[in-house]
Amino acid sequence: MSALTVVYACLFYAATAVLVAGLAAKIALYARTPAPLKIPTTPAPASRGGVALRMFREVALFESLFRANKWTWLFGWMFHVALLLVLVRHLRYFIEPVWGLVALAQPAGVYAGFAMVAGLAGLWGRRFLVERIRYISTWSDHLMLALLVAIGVSGLAMKYLARTDIVAVKAFMLGLLRFDWQPLPADPLLLVHLALVALLMAVFPASKLVHAPGVFFSPTRNQADDPRERRHVAAWAEG
Amino acid sequence: MAAAQVEAPPIREYPVIPILAHDAMAGSKPYVASEKINEAIGFPGQLVENWQARAVEKMGELLGKYRSLRVFLDACVHCGACTDKCHYFLGTGDPKNMPVARQELVRKVYRRYFTFAGKWFPKLVGAEDLTESVLEDWYKYFNQCSECRRCSVYCPYGIDTAEITMAAKEVMDSIGMGQKYTNEIIGKVHRLGNNLGLPGPALADTLETLAEEVREDTGVDVRFPLDEEGAEVLVVTPSADFFAEPHVYSLIGYAKVFHAAGIRWTLSSRASEAGNFGLFIGNYAQMKAIAARVREAALELGVKRIVVGECGHAWRVAYSFWNTLIGPFDFLDSRYPVPQHICELTYDLLRRGAITLDREKNDHRVVTFHDSCNVARGSGMGGMPRGQFIIPRELIKAACNHFHDMAPETIHEHTFCCGGGGGLLTDELLDLRVKGALPRMEALARVVEEHGVNFMATICAICKAQFSKVLPYYKFEMDMIGGVHQLVGDAIRLGRND
Ligand code: SF4
Ligand code: SF4
Repeated sequence: MSALTVVYACLFYAATAVLVAGLAAKIALYARTPAPLKIPTTPAPASRGGVALRMFREVALFESLFRANKWTWLFGWMFHVALLLVLVRHLRYFIEPVWGLVALAQPAGVYAGFAMVAGLAGLWGRRFLVERIRYISTWSDHLMLALLVAIGVSGLAMKYLARTDIVAVKAFMLGLLRFDWQPLPADPLLLVHLALVALLMAVFPASKLVHAPGVFFSPTRNQADDPRERRHVAAWAEG
Repeated sequence: MAAAQVEAPPIREYPVIPILAHDAMAGSKPYVASEKINEAIGFPGQLVENWQARAVEKMGELLGKYRSLRVFLDACVHCGACTDKCHYFLGTGDPKNMPVARQELVRKVYRRYFTFAGKWFPKLVGAEDLTESVLEDWYKYFNQCSECRRCSVYCPYGIDTAEITMAAKEVMDSIGMGQKYTNEIIGKVHRLGNNLGLPGPALADTLETLAEEVREDTGVDVRFPLDEEGAEVLVVTPSADFFAEPHVYSLIGYAKVFHAAGIRWTLSSRASEAGNFGLFIGNYAQMKAIAARVREAALELGVKRIVVGECGHAWRVAYSFWNTLIGPFDFLDSRYPVPQHICELTYDLLRRGAITLDREKNDHRVVTFHDSCNVARGSGMGGMPRGQFIIPRELIKAACNHFHDMAPETIHEHTFCCGGGGGLLTDELLDLRVKGALPRMEALARVVEEHGVNFMATICAICKAQFSKVLPYYKFEMDMIGGVHQLVGDAIRLGRND
């Protein structure tokens, strides 16, 4: 077992632990914090079903963003959908045998890699070109984009420039899951790609990426417009 | 303090997003509340000694109490979708009036004291200590947010800057940095029952005079009852309705509706104010105490229904919060919604044929409707989807022959604030108020030009007061603004319907 394999194996266990524990803590905190008043942004649906539908449109189509700004919506939505496809494509490294659906998504996943980087480039461009967005951008906003672009580009490079031994990569990943470590190919591109992914996983819960679970807890979006019909009371505000 | 320069921006034919004008509004801030004003409502009189520690502690407390605050401070990705949605930004160009930048004033402090990244890498994530200059910025720019929630419509996570503003105001109140206008009014409502500080006997006089005026005008005895036990309906309305113009014409309108429909109603001297400025300072206890007067009055007078007059933020508090704050309302007639908006009541009577309107009476008017933010984005009406947009318009159309909506991106949930909400309706902020009205004035200018609109109806006391003041700065007549029930009152048939 090479030192490299050991280092990367540990890296991934650690990153996964931080990601899972960090997100679980955040979600628990959001769930525990009360929402004392009814504050849906109206017009809002009056039923739970309607709220679920609103949330679905928000998460799947970015409805509010679409109404706000078509360019940001275009790049943002393109990036997120592409990322989803890329993630589905990557499932093949973690499951054996590969499910039919994942196999089906393989070709689309490749194009999605380009779309993802293009979407990111668009979003990044806006941070430089649009004065208002330049004003609100912080170092971490730029670094987050840099990180995602680097992950995308290194991934694409492995497909098109310097192919890596994906059979060995899969063996490594399955080994991690089964606690039966297998050697990791010492490909520079692969090492960079994996290290950046681990970094992304580790910073996820402490960064603005918590918008992913956060949106589900947003009271302006997840509350029903029924305050007259149903009395809403939160613990601390009672009495 | 020198009198503030008040300047209205020019109305443009094709509004564009302004380029940033850094610190353009850095000179705008309201008077700080005096020791007496603050202490009267339980806040420290002036800036406390260890204010920084106390403020951070208060922030921690609020983070544990409000999921909205917690989630909103974490979730923003700086996408910028909200940056061009605030009327104060559009009117001033000051980048700190972009909703996300306004939030950032609190968020950078939150990051510094409450997050891992901000504690260890403050520069990287834009975290900052709560210094004197940060507090100064808070006081200025959270008093340049009317809590209109327009930004929350467009944010992909529904981040509502109003929630952040309320939290910041609550923190500032807790360290003695209260704002004079709002806190003084809260004191008055507790002492005298209404925001204008009108004592009971004066109110009775005013109502008597109104009844006389209507009698002279119409020859009909329309009553304006006060504190009448056994009435069916208690009407709670903004105190401006009692004597400010054009507000009072709406009050006359309500009275005529009750008269024509033959419903016994009453006002209450204890609850002679629908407004609830506790909302503006984000203070739950204040909001609850102010709302409690209404429940007490309803019980005292033995009414069966509670109806709320034309007031935007009051309707949000009543519709969205009363049930939580002062419910349950099991002592009222459950066949009617509690509370009910005066527009809902009138609309219902109209549909049942219990009142009749003669549109021709308003033929000298070409009308448009300004959706008030708190009604549009913080409440509903009629138990139907989008009722808060439909019902007032249906009433106007039933009372007038000429109605034209303003541009679709400026009405309904997209409506622009009048520029005076959220506790900013005070003279020292006039420059801000005038500039903040720009987007609405531009939309109005267009329907004036295209359709000859000469009357903008609205259902909010603050909108009415604000527009009366700022319309002249944009070369409009100040009496262009009025209430929906002003139109109803002018069109309604008072005699027997046969
Ligand atoms: S709530 Fe209204 S006033 Fe406040 S930042 Fe948002 S858009 Fe501007
Ligand atoms: S729209 Fe929402 S997420 Fe985007 S910058 Fe504004 S507050 Fe942040």
